[in-house]
Amino acid sequence: MTAFEAAGLTRSYQLEGVTVDALRGVDLTIGDGEFAAILGPSGSGKSTLMHLLGCLDRPTSGVLRVGGVDVSTLDDTKLAELRNRMIGFVFQSFHLLARTSALDNVALPLVYRGVARADRRKRARAALEAVGLAHRLDHRPSQMSGGEQQRVAIARALVGDPQVVLADEPTGNLDTRNGDEVMALLERLNADQGVAIVLVTHEPEVADRARRQIHVRDGLIERDVA
Amino acid sequence: MALEALRVNRLRSALTMLGVIIGVSAVVILVAIGTGAKDAIEDEISGLGSNIILVVPGQLNFQAAPTQSRLDLSDVNYVRRVVGDPGRVTVSVQSGENVRVGRNEAFVTVVGTDENIPNVFERPLKRGRYLTETDIDTRRRVAVLGSEVSEQLFGDLDPVGRQATIAGVRFRVVGVYEKVGATFGVARDRETHIPVTTAQRLLGVQRVNGIAIGASGPDVIDSLGQKVVDALTTRYPDEKFSAVTQTQLLGTIGTVLGMLTGVLAAIAGISLLVGGVGVSNIMLVSVRERTKEIGLRKALGARQRDVLGQFLIEAVLLTTIGGTIGIALGVGGSLLIEALSPVPASITLWSILLAFGVSAVVGVFFGVAPARRAGRLDPVVALRAE
Repeated sequence: MTAFEAAGLTRSYQLEGVTVDALRGVDLTIGDGEFAAILGPSGSGKSTLMHLLGCLDRPTSGVLRVGGVDVSTLDDTKLAELRNRMIGFVFQSFHLLARTSALDNVALPLVYRGVARADRRKRARAALEAVGLAHRLDHRPSQMSGGEQQRVAIARALVGDPQVVLADEPTGNLDTRNGDEVMALLERLNADQGVAIVLVTHEPEVADRARRQIHVRDGLIERDVA
Repeated sequence: MALEALRVNRLRSALTMLGVIIGVSAVVILVAIGTGAKDAIEDEISGLGSNIILVVPGQLNFQAAPTQSRLDLSDVNYVRRVVGDPGRVTVSVQSGENVRVGRNEAFVTVVGTDENIPNVFERPLKRGRYLTETDIDTRRRVAVLGSEVSEQLFGDLDPVGRQATIAGVRFRVVGVYEKVGATFGVARDRETHIPVTTAQRLLGVQRVNGIAIGASGPDVIDSLGQKVVDALTTRYPDEKFSAVTQTQLLGTIGTVLGMLTGVLAAIAGISLLVGGVGVSNIMLVSVRERTKEIGLRKALGARQRDVLGQFLIEAVLLTTIGGTIGIALGVGGSLLIEALSPVPASITLWSILLAFGVSAVVGVFFGVAPARRAGRLDPVVALRAE
């Protein structure tokens, strides 16, 4: 099984009448249970690639299969359902709902899956326990440290049992100690639960912790080191 | 979830609701006033009695003077035979005359009529008796006074058995009516009833002004009125006659007042609409503010319809909470107006349901545009928003 399978992937934007080619033909396969880092300077196209992999965006051309499904065959609704089922997101700036408890934040993806409330809360509690935040269930994001907030976000990414966790600069807003903790957590999840981790970063020391490094430059894969 | 979002911006939500609150309470209050006015006038009309048909010569036309009557007492007897129940038919000959008692004098409407008045009209007696058949047959000079006439001429004295001079002729008072109030500006308490035969001699006429029939039930009013008009037209082929029923009067007035109520409701409706625009505006602001949240929800698997639903529910919640408060204020306001002012106000269920329904619809209608905008946001763009 492969988590992602991309062939000839391109993505161009119209910016004030000028066509910008963010991706210019990417071939990439990421298997189940992999731990890969996508690296590149800003403007290299790594964010665009991450959006495409995360089914937040559609390629201009080329084929992308996520969990074996060709995304070009899916409408927006089906794409949303695919995201919900297959992918967990972790963002640089956490993106937690501000006035909502950790438990309800984590349970949010299950709301869109139609899971009953009691079941949602049970699974959210389990996910928070898995990231070591059993004592923070009812805390709001503002009552937690940055590291804790990112761990809540990771719990949210995991609660729906995704095949892949896409982490966009997950340590970018954290100090070294908290960053290390978050990376250790991701490594453990990858090792224990077999969930594939795809990390987007521009920090080499973060990328070094991944087993595979995919270097993106000028919209192309420059180097793919396992 | 939606309630949570509203609670976060408590002041803003309250101000947004205010528009809806004012609109809804205005609808409820203005409709209550319109309905109250209608009820009051309908009460006045039905206060005359029930199932009354007035037969008058000529065509009923409020813009022209009434036709000179050709009807006389033989026609009244003819109508009695047509109706089949003579006791249900009464008659009137009217004239404004001076009535004098000692030094007291009053200008009143003298009505020549007969013993069937209580069978047709709602006209309870306070003292004494009604006119009798013998009074009519023997042209007695007896009179039954309206309550106001009695007060004006006799003060606190019991007038029954006393003398009064009507148009220079002495009459004996045999009865006094209860106070019944005015109908269409006709002050019925300022009437003095005397036998129709006596009235015709007093006024020097053979005519009668009109015939009133009390139908046995509401379902026969129209057919009986038509039957009488047809019979009179057969008797006088060159003349026109009209039967006016309370239903017709109620119908005409009801239509006018219904329109008035409608106009009031429409004006109030405009303020409700303005309130709706406020909701729309705030929802747009809210969507913009929460773009990032929408992006996140979409990333986590929210479909377009999930996001649309969320914002729509928020908008509808705003307007229905506002609507409920508005109804409470409207009902309270109507009761206050009813209690503290002479304006009648009658709260109707339909206006409450309508106002509530409209406020919910306003929420949907004005919530849809912002909610669709939210639903269609591109998750990549939305996540990047600051």
